[in-house]
Amino acid sequence: MLYREAGDFKTSYAADLQTFPIKLERYLFWAAMAVAFLVVPFFITDYVEKSLLVPLLVWAMIALGLNILTGYCGQVSLGTGGFMAVGAFACYKFMTAFPDLNIIFCILLSGLVTAGVGVLFGLPSLRIKGFYLAVATLAAQFFLVWFFNKFAWFYNYSASGQISAPERTIFGIAVTGPNAAPWATYLTCLTLVFVFAWVAKNLTRGRVGRSWMAMRDMDIAAEIMGVSPFRAKLSAFAVSSFYIGMGGAMFFSIYLGAAEVTEAFNIDKSFTALFIVIIGGLGSILGSFLGAAFIILFPVGLKILMVNQLGWPTDLAAHFQIMIVGGLIIFFLIVEPHGLAQLWRLAKEKLRLWPFPY
Amino acid sequence: MNPEFLYFIETVLNGLMAGVMYSLVALGFALIFKASGIFNFAQGVMALFAALTLVGLQTGQVPFAHLINAIFGTQIHHFGWELPAIIAIVGTLGVMVAFAYLFEGLVLKHLVNQEPIILFMATIGLAYFLEGFGDLMWGANIKAMDVGIPSGGSFWWEDVTRTWAPEDSGYFGMYIDKLDVVAAIVALVLVSALVAFSQYTKFGRALRAVADDHQAALSVGISLRTIWVVVWSIAGFVALVAGIMWGAKSGVQFSLSLIALKALPVLILGGFTSIPGAIVGGLIIGVGEKLAELYIGPLVGGAIENWFAYVVALVFLLFRPQGLFGERIIERV
Repeated sequence: MLYREAGDFKTSYAADLQTFPIKLERYLFWAAMAVAFLVVPFFITDYVEKSLLVPLLVWAMIALGLNILTGYCGQVSLGTGGFMAVGAFACYKFMTAFPDLNIIFCILLSGLVTAGVGVLFGLPSLRIKGFYLAVATLAAQFFLVWFFNKFAWFYNYSASGQISAPERTIFGIAVTGPNAAPWATYLTCLTLVFVFAWVAKNLTRGRVGRSWMAMRDMDIAAEIMGVSPFRAKLSAFAVSSFYIGMGGAMFFSIYLGAAEVTEAFNIDKSFTALFIVIIGGLGSILGSFLGAAFIILFPVGLKILMVNQLGWPTDLAAHFQIMIVGGLIIFFLIVEPHGLAQLWRLAKEKLRLWPFPY
Repeated sequence: MNPEFLYFIETVLNGLMAGVMYSLVALGFALIFKASGIFNFAQGVMALFAALTLVGLQTGQVPFAHLINAIFGTQIHHFGWELPAIIAIVGTLGVMVAFAYLFEGLVLKHLVNQEPIILFMATIGLAYFLEGFGDLMWGANIKAMDVGIPSGGSFWWEDVTRTWAPEDSGYFGMYIDKLDVVAAIVALVLVSALVAFSQYTKFGRALRAVADDHQAALSVGISLRTIWVVVWSIAGFVALVAGIMWGAKSGVQFSLSLIALKALPVLILGGFTSIPGAIVGGLIIGVGEKLAELYIGPLVGGAIENWFAYVVALVFLLFRPQGLFGERIIERV
């Protein structure tokens, strides 16, 4: 009754091609965006920013990248943590070497650097497939972390091996460093993620995206039809690493503020990213956000319940939390292997027919 | 002989021993992948869980003591008995079989015919679950494993090898850990037993049939579910052996589960589906790693053992994408 295309006539090609073809969905989307951009910044507190919204947005960015590679192009990657480290260290070097460079450009440039590294580590994908490739991408993870830990130039020879983000401003408002206001960091992340989610959505709808999906569905068939595996796979690695690099840069500069490579970018990060993508839904832009929301918000809620409400010791709560997260992942895979995005898709199908299903 | 050369031999020998330890873990991966096409990431955590259970049973710890104390405010920790190693091992084996049975019934059964990546993610979920569960059950502190395996350097071997070098060269003989020798023998026995099991028993034949073609095996009346329970039990047994060996070597703690990451390059090098591949791959990686540490490590500043194995495996894969002994990948449209 509420959600259907009846009476929603398209009279132009532009209307036919729009991202949200159904009117109500379009309104819902813009309403959500209006709340996110215009309402939330006025009410955001330090706690909400630091432990909920900013990590959610940063992880959504990273998940977008991994979703392009794994969900759209079908190349399983366990090297996400390593690529995040490339983004973070590139961002650090840009921030310290060019103090006048705007932080937004720093983040974009670190994305580009990561894209280059990603293509390099994507080269084996032309020859190796499936789980062999997944294990091969672990080489990137371990090598890159070792690399940034080993060569002191990357962390400007600091004694602790840590990198910490200096204060940088946009229009005179601090967005990195200890003096950044919650609303400023939130809005910066939100704007970046909004723009690049839009880019990703349209990339995957277009020619490049279709060549990725052809590669995912059956690479040999795609090759016979004239899709170049070389271009499709490497472009997927490049775009994916670009996103992950930007995500890593935001992770370090805006979210953490200071990072130590073996601690902040270890293999757990690769798994977290993969979890977000799988729980959210492979091959879905919305899924990247839903998955990030689930993986970030759920442990926080669990911790509040067990430590603050039940009064358990924190180490016990930590064991329980990891156990429940693991169990839930299995539960989700059994109930809905296509992720949260598929639930949303099914809900929409149901709503279209409601209240007169056939 | 030249001490320089003897030193080289010692490195190779130690590399071979280390390789056997990697193979022990890789073996569990290969078994499960062969029988069910599942890339079981939880193998390392299973080894940790088995080792924790073994130590817990042996020292008479109360399971979930921490949780019980937190909820009821009690102060219980130990039953106050000590079990002999062999009984504890049998008990742990029982736990691993029960685990295999439960996992098949609660998870695998529902995931039949899903894509490989979904199954892979499920095993990562399992790894997280078991890690939390093991810590919850037995506590997260580091435990010592003592099941009566000899350890420490072998003096006999040191004395023998000392005579190989000239008297005045100042050579002190080779160092070989007794534990590594035991591990090598155990691995040898284990592999022979597994090969014999799969070649000469009726059940082994059923196993190979399932590995070859699930549907064809089903159609001749082989129960897929029984096979899976058995395979996961065997993998649990292999995990227990690996857990004992690694636990005796470096203590039972969380880092034990990270040996899975050591076993992965072994696995892709040898080929996912091959049991001999797991052994040969392990030996190559073990020797390569030790030699690289000796000769390449100093050039780039050391600490390369984390990624060197992966790079070796990667280079191998570029020439043989299915690993050394893997089944040839034939693709059709």
